Amino acid sequence: MELIANLGTGFGVALTFANLAYCFGGVLLGTLIGVLPGIGPVPTIAMLLPITYSLPPVSALIMLAGIYYGAQYGGSTTAILVNLPGESSSVVTCLDGYQMARQGRAGTALSVAAIGSFIAGTFATLVVASLAVPLAEVALKFGPAEYFSLMVLGLIAAVVLASGSLVKAIGMIVLGLLLGIIGTDVNSGLQRFSFGIPELSDGIGFVVVAMGLFGFAEIIINLEQVEKREIFTNKVEGLWLKWKDFKQALPAILRGTGIGSMLGILPGGGALLSAFASYTLEKKIAKDPSRFGKGAIEGVAGPESANNAGAQTSFIPLLTLGIPSNAVMALMVGAMTIHSIQPGPQVMTNNPQLFWGLIVSMWIGNVMLVILNLPLIGIWVKLLKVPYRLLYPAILLFCCIGVYSLQNNVFDVMMTAVFGLLGWIFVKLECEPAPLLLGFILGPMMEENLRRALLLSRGDWTVFATRPISAVMLGLAVILLLIIIAPSIRKKRAEAFQE
Amino acid sequence: MTFVRSPKDFWAGILFIAFGVAAVTIAYNYPLGTAGRMGPGYFPRGLGFIMIGLGSILSLRALKLAGGKIQFGSFKPLLIVLGSVLIFAVAAPTLGVIIATILLITISSTAAYDYRWKESIIAALAIATFTYAAFIWGLSLQLPVWPTFFR
Repeated sequence: MELIANLGTGFGVALTFANLAYCFGGVLLGTLIGVLPGIGPVPTIAMLLPITYSLPPVSALIMLAGIYYGAQYGGSTTAILVNLPGESSSVVTCLDGYQMARQGRAGTALSVAAIGSFIAGTFATLVVASLAVPLAEVALKFGPAEYFSLMVLGLIAAVVLASGSLVKAIGMIVLGLLLGIIGTDVNSGLQRFSFGIPELSDGIGFVVVAMGLFGFAEIIINLEQVEKREIFTNKVEGLWLKWKDFKQALPAILRGTGIGSMLGILPGGGALLSAFASYTLEKKIAKDPSRFGKGAIEGVAGPESANNAGAQTSFIPLLTLGIPSNAVMALMVGAMTIHSIQPGPQVMTNNPQLFWGLIVSMWIGNVMLVILNLPLIGIWVKLLKVPYRLLYPAILLFCCIGVYSLQNNVFDVMMTAVFGLLGWIFVKLECEPAPLLLGFILGPMMEENLRRALLLSRGDWTVFATRPISAVMLGLAVILLLIIIAPSIRKKRAEAFQE
Repeated sequence: MTFVRSPKDFWAGILFIAFGVAAVTIAYNYPLGTAGRMGPGYFPRGLGFIMIGLGSILSLRALKLAGGKIQFGSFKPLLIVLGSVLIFAVAAPTLGVIIATILLITISSTAAYDYRWKESIIAALAIATFTYAAFIWGLSLQLPVWPTFFR
């Protein structure tokens, strides 16, 4: 039972007092920021990243994972109580969760979300633990051609599964790849696109890009609208689930867990897709679909479980292949690189403490979420009452200090403002910024693998089609593209995202 | 431009083309190499051309397919938020983080539609205290705290 031995190693790392404290701190801070309306996991992680710089790598990653789950759950709380999704994956939770809150069942909605997330988290942790080893072994056989094709597939899958225009999304990826190239070329030492600015010779920090595109742009857009917030705060009671509710919700929780665990592994998958898929499924198989959108408990239980399971299993491609499948994982890559860990299959063998410690912490983080959120719900509700005019200057400041402290250089702060402007333009033009961040992280890796693959094949491009694994992955990417271009499915997809 | 039927897509396309052209022109000075021995100019130039291609598809399609108009609200939040960040960036190294914090909070607050000046000053002082306690004292970030002429 290698798995148990490995998990044993993990518990040994995760259950030290210091790491438990960091996990707890991460979950607490993540929820605290995530609960604020309009702030999703990406800006939350970007904002809190500086706190983890001084920690040892294991603790830093454990804390970041905690922050991620906390932010995710905080977003659900906001969705249920205020009908303001802090992030796209809680859009679905708004549909029925908010309706439940309006009917005075906010407590039930919150606790079913917490319990569903916990069950899903537990299962997904086991999935991660058991799939990681075999997948990493496969990954070790990958050459540069396979890696390049895998990244192409990952990027294509990421945009196909996202909503909105396909051409725009691919354009955003390519733009991300280009921005990722900025800086010194590793092979020739040449400075590319640095305009003679010394600060650009190391490239643009990913925190700068993420904070500008997701944090600043979001704040500006929020300020352009007069906000309406209706909070159901007086009625948060009945946090213990009634047996009847639990019985009704459990099948949805289990289905959501299954869907989320599967979709999370796919490149481009993760919390958002899982939540959407689960909601659609619950509505399809319900005896009376008309209840949905009017406070159906399954409509909260399913997607909430699915998004947590998906959030967790999306660590699999990152930890085994070193390829981030969504924007949050892209931030994780950045965080790992700061601690000079190169994500990929070698992490498990070279650094088993870190690997298994992180996996076990995922589960511990989920336990903490339940323990933390149900009793502390009163505090989160108070936070929700703080008006936006007081919140956003503080958020802005924490972003600035976070970016400034990266390298003690205000040039980064100015660059963040530039990306804030760019992010604002993207919102106006309806261009999703998430694919850009993925491209940005993958840019240098993609170029390196393309170079190596073609160097090995002496410039022969057919290498990508003749090596079987690479051919399969490119084939899948093409099929995905064709599927999405086919009009019938395009229509269905539009419908699915409209719901 | 009345023949543009989908302004959002059209301008997104133009933006892509602009980035693509910039990438190709700048990368023109970098050695290209061959596919087997790629120079530093190979990948960026390729990406630039893809960008131009995608942008053209987007813009041309926008002439045919109807789509959304670009909605502009007030430009005040954009200018104030980014402006206050730039002021923070200029102030922090010389005046120190505490004064930069107070500047950032008081200036950025004015972007809210329900701005209250007394409240924003109190908030600025409270947050500046928090900044000192949490970042300087708690996390001991190495940042300039007070103005240079003070130190």
